[in-house]
Amino acid sequence: MKEGFKLTMKQWLQKGRLLSVFAILALVLSGCGKPYLSALQPAGEVAKQQYDLIMFSLGIMTLVIVVVCVIFVLVIVRFRRTKENEHKIPKQVEGSHTLEIVWTIIPIVLLLILAVPTVAVTFSQGDVSAMDEKDEDGNPTALIVNVRAHLYWWEFEYPGLGIVTSQDLVIPTEERVYFNLTSADIKHSFWIPPLGGKLDTNPDNINKFFLSVDQDKASKAGQIFYGKCAELCGPSHAYMDFKVKALPKNEFDQWVSDMKNAKAPTPSTEVARKGEEIFNNSCLQCHAIDPSNEAPAATRVAPNLANFAEREKIAGILDHNEEELKRWIRESDTIKPGNKMPVFSKDQISDDDLNALAAYLMELKVQKK
Amino acid sequence: MSSIAQKSGFGATVWDFMTTVDHKKIAILYLAAGGFFFLLGGIEAMIIRIQLFVPDSGFVSAGLFNEMLTMHGVTMIFLAAMPILIGFMNLVMPLQIGARDVAFPFLNSLGFWLFFFGGLLLNLSWFLGGAPDAGWTSYASLSLNSQTHGIDFYALGLQISGFGTLMGGINFLVTIINMRAPGMTYMRMPMFTWTTFVASALILFAFPPLTVGLFLLTFDRMFGANFFNVAAGGNTIIWEHFFWIFGHPEVYILILPAFGLFSEIFSTFSRKRLFGYSSMVFATVLIGFLGFMVWAHHMFTVGLGNIANAIFAVASFAIGVPTGIKIFNWLFTMWGGNIKFTTPMLYAAAFIPSFVMGGVTGIMVATAPADYQFHDTYFVVAHFHYVIVGGVVLAILAATHFYWPKAFGTMLNETLGKITFVLFVVGFHLTFFIQHFLGLMGMPRRIATYLPGQGLDTGNLISSIGAILMALGVIVLLINIVMTSVKNVKVGNDPWGDGRTLEWALPSPPPFYNFKQLPFVRGIDTYWIEKMEGREGITPAEPLGDIHMPNGSILPVFISFGFFVAAFGCIYRTEQPWGLAVLIIGLVIAFGSMLLRSLKDDHGFHIPKSELMSDKDKGVRA
Amino acid sequence: MHVEEQFTPKTWPEAPEKATLEGKNKFLGFWFFLGGETVLFASFFATYLALKDKVPKQGDLVSTDLFELPLAFIMTMVLLTSSITSVYAMYHMKNYHFKKMQAWLLITVLLGLTFLGFEIYEFYHYTHGLGFGYTHSAFSSAFYTLVGFHGGHVVFGLGWITALMVRNSKRGLSLYNAPKFYIASLYWHFIDVVWVFIFTVVYLMGMV
Repeated sequence: MKEGFKLTMKQWLQKGRLLSVFAILALVLSGCGKPYLSALQPAGEVAKQQYDLIMFSLGIMTLVIVVVCVIFVLVIVRFRRTKENEHKIPKQVEGSHTLEIVWTIIPIVLLLILAVPTVAVTFSQGDVSAMDEKDEDGNPTALIVNVRAHLYWWEFEYPGLGIVTSQDLVIPTEERVYFNLTSADIKHSFWIPPLGGKLDTNPDNINKFFLSVDQDKASKAGQIFYGKCAELCGPSHAYMDFKVKALPKNEFDQWVSDMKNAKAPTPSTEVARKGEEIFNNSCLQCHAIDPSNEAPAATRVAPNLANFAEREKIAGILDHNEEELKRWIRESDTIKPGNKMPVFSKDQISDDDLNALAAYLMELKVQKK
Repeated sequence: MSSIAQKSGFGATVWDFMTTVDHKKIAILYLAAGGFFFLLGGIEAMIIRIQLFVPDSGFVSAGLFNEMLTMHGVTMIFLAAMPILIGFMNLVMPLQIGARDVAFPFLNSLGFWLFFFGGLLLNLSWFLGGAPDAGWTSYASLSLNSQTHGIDFYALGLQISGFGTLMGGINFLVTIINMRAPGMTYMRMPMFTWTTFVASALILFAFPPLTVGLFLLTFDRMFGANFFNVAAGGNTIIWEHFFWIFGHPEVYILILPAFGLFSEIFSTFSRKRLFGYSSMVFATVLIGFLGFMVWAHHMFTVGLGNIANAIFAVASFAIGVPTGIKIFNWLFTMWGGNIKFTTPMLYAAAFIPSFVMGGVTGIMVATAPADYQFHDTYFVVAHFHYVIVGGVVLAILAATHFYWPKAFGTMLNETLGKITFVLFVVGFHLTFFIQHFLGLMGMPRRIATYLPGQGLDTGNLISSIGAILMALGVIVLLINIVMTSVKNVKVGNDPWGDGRTLEWALPSPPPFYNFKQLPFVRGIDTYWIEKMEGREGITPAEPLGDIHMPNGSILPVFISFGFFVAAFGCIYRTEQPWGLAVLIIGLVIAFGSMLLRSLKDDHGFHIPKSELMSDKDKGVRA
Repeated sequence: MHVEEQFTPKTWPEAPEKATLEGKNKFLGFWFFLGGETVLFASFFATYLALKDKVPKQGDLVSTDLFELPLAFIMTMVLLTSSITSVYAMYHMKNYHFKKMQAWLLITVLLGLTFLGFEIYEFYHYTHGLGFGYTHSAFSSAFYTLVGFHGGHVVFGLGWITALMVRNSKRGLSLYNAPKFYIASLYWHFIDVVWVFIFTVVYLMGMV
């Protein structure tokens, strides 16, 4: 009797484990994670299509799991050895042609069903022909952003608009945005989960795809979506976040116009003026502050800081305030090990100068507000 | 060297193991070394999970974390899973086909020592400036960029180990084709032998692309070549192609022997023959073949184009069919059977739902556009751990119990075994199930930490707790092994009672020559046939006579050591004055030993018939 | 059949390389090894084709600047001939004519050395004459690695055949060393086949 009890416990354990697994599945599928980061809360057509594909395949696969588990549980309960049949030798069955056919054909059919949307969506999401369409003046009709991945930051260039910026990608909602993706150094991968899947940024070539954002989803997520680097690129791979600002068309056009018409910065205080001087001596060689920077891409070795003060984060991950800014300038090599920005110790920039520099940088705005 | 006059003592035992060409002893070497590396890989995993226990953790630096994740992957796949499986294939396959050893016993030993020295080389990197840190996949642009010599140790360590594995593959293929006992047709071979056969064919054809990739990486890093240097016209995607042309068949090399082990366990403990044997053979071959057609499903986000992505997606779906066939055949092996839940059978039972879950997430990641979300996130980590842990590791744990008596003559404790089972399996699901969601919630792979406020905290916490349970399970297994070895209670030839295949007809462990007389095989599960007819042993296929056995040799150790030394010379060639000299000396030792082996005749020795008759008879009778 | 048994041309088995279990195993194992080597060279060919003429800038040396048909043709003829001579050697081995086998093996080795001599001259001409070194470009790395690996295999093969000839010179043929000679000749044929592909893919295709 005791053996029978032990066995039942094990079956309970196995059954219970399966049950809890499905329970979590059901609970979590109701939309999990943060709306600005989760692929389970799609905020645009591309992500939505991919989410639907995921759910569709999950549905088919859950069917498979259920069938297997039902047979499995039946088998381990019904045919287990007990004291009564301890010495019984069961009938040795060679096989069954019928069953073999059944469990070959049915999976083939299920997979064919899955294959159709898979192939269709692959081609539709890979259709970037709109990037080649031009209007009467020969300008591309689609909004195109050139993404250039670096160790460990992101540059965004809008070739049709003559704008270069970094770290915060500003895009309009309710329209397809096309991307040319490449890397300045090694392989990274460009990923904004709520907007769609990722595409690698290779040093060897330019990859192209498109994404789009629904306005209502953008509002729900607070206008900001989180972007991630999704290819191991070194010690600071985890810190290569970027942000996506999804704005209604009119706000986006305003931003574009502000960026295009950006003037040279006018420091408002004595301290900030001193900071400008320090910046021009120590930082300007790498960091441009002109959004229309026309230098060739290969020479743009550091993030463009034109609208630095209006960004969500410092260096992609730090809270945007003066303390963190000063800490970044002092300790960039420990905050993001392996990154290419030199460290500025007290010998190179004194504490007073650092305060001035920070004051200047915190004033670098392009938009009036 | 006869079976009777054996020296004892620690030194003699060490020398015995260093010079052995006996497949059973080589198996023990593989199991021991693989087991050791498994523990190392497990520690690396624990460090990863401790780091990811909380957000923004500083438990280890980001650079060290990258080394940990790289070494965890490399160690587990190349230095733990593969060697342990090769160990079981070495131990069991010759016995199952009625052979006295493998086709090339010397090469068998050489294969082990190459693996061992390759693994040693790789792990020495920890102490010599840093382990490799570009992931087990070591993608070209990142790995070229790596500042320490870690990647060099990776390239050369895996190269040396890889030669060993390749030799093992050829050895098993020739053994199975040429050395089956009379009556053992292909369609009477046990399933584990079939999976060994197909896995060995995969090894033969999958390792050369890795060899080439590693050569290209070595040449770029150490000799100034430009294969992956974009500025000089090179292309980093070439590495990815070679790595995955190897890498995908590699995972089938891992899983097919696991499938074979489970086939043996399901039928043994259900007291039924395997259901659908010919379908199982067909499915195994089909999986092996299709395994070469799908590699670019690891590259859906590289930008290969719509046509490539679509083709590889559909091809990857195809592998689900033979895999499903196998699952159903195992279920129906159990159906109508008389199932005893020994520890191996518990693992086999847990394997069914676990592996099926991993397999279906495999179909999900094969859905190319969906994979644009899944790729390089924790969803993929969850998928492959479900198939590797739920498939390969559970098989290894099961086989450790199942074949322990055949290797050592003792039995692992069942109660402790069941405790390990519960801790490990519950911990495994706890660790990895939640990772499916973490991935979709925006957590990329291989990140040294995650920031707070991104919704990833709870999932990671749960996952890390699960890892602790897995570690506890492994510790209980270690206690089990120690206790069993200390108690040293010997068992007979068929300790599980329901053995069906030839290895269970032999003593535990078998004499070094395996069979006194080669067996006559009467059908599938030939030992079961004999049992059902009331016979105690196997029908012999030949009269008692002298047995020809191979000599041991220390040369495999020297050959491997030579390459090991040469690798150091190669890595430090440009920095140290002794580099080139050491490289040359190492190559001289290696090739010199090979030459010695070729020039000196070795005809083996004979065990005279008289000695066989005077040995205490256990098992086969004249 | 004991391996050290003495034979006559009449009693010598038809396929001496496969007359023992060891011989059968070596024969099969070596064909499998060649299968793996085929995949190895196929990978090098793929790399070469991907990186053919891929140079840092316009004007750098590409295939049309380098390869000359006469030299490549001579090398091909030398190597092909050496393959034929190894066939003669095997013919004599099967007929238990040890000395004749050794003679044709010697000719094979000499032809192989000739091939190597030409190849060394070729590489010297590219590196010192034209400045086309190993580290020059992705194309150069791919060329030298592919052709160089083949050359390395030729060196190994020559060493192997020579070692067999020297080691067995005093004791003649037996069922113990017949398989060894046989698989060495298989290896030599394999290298020859690879060279035919190199001649086609690298030299012929490189001149259009």
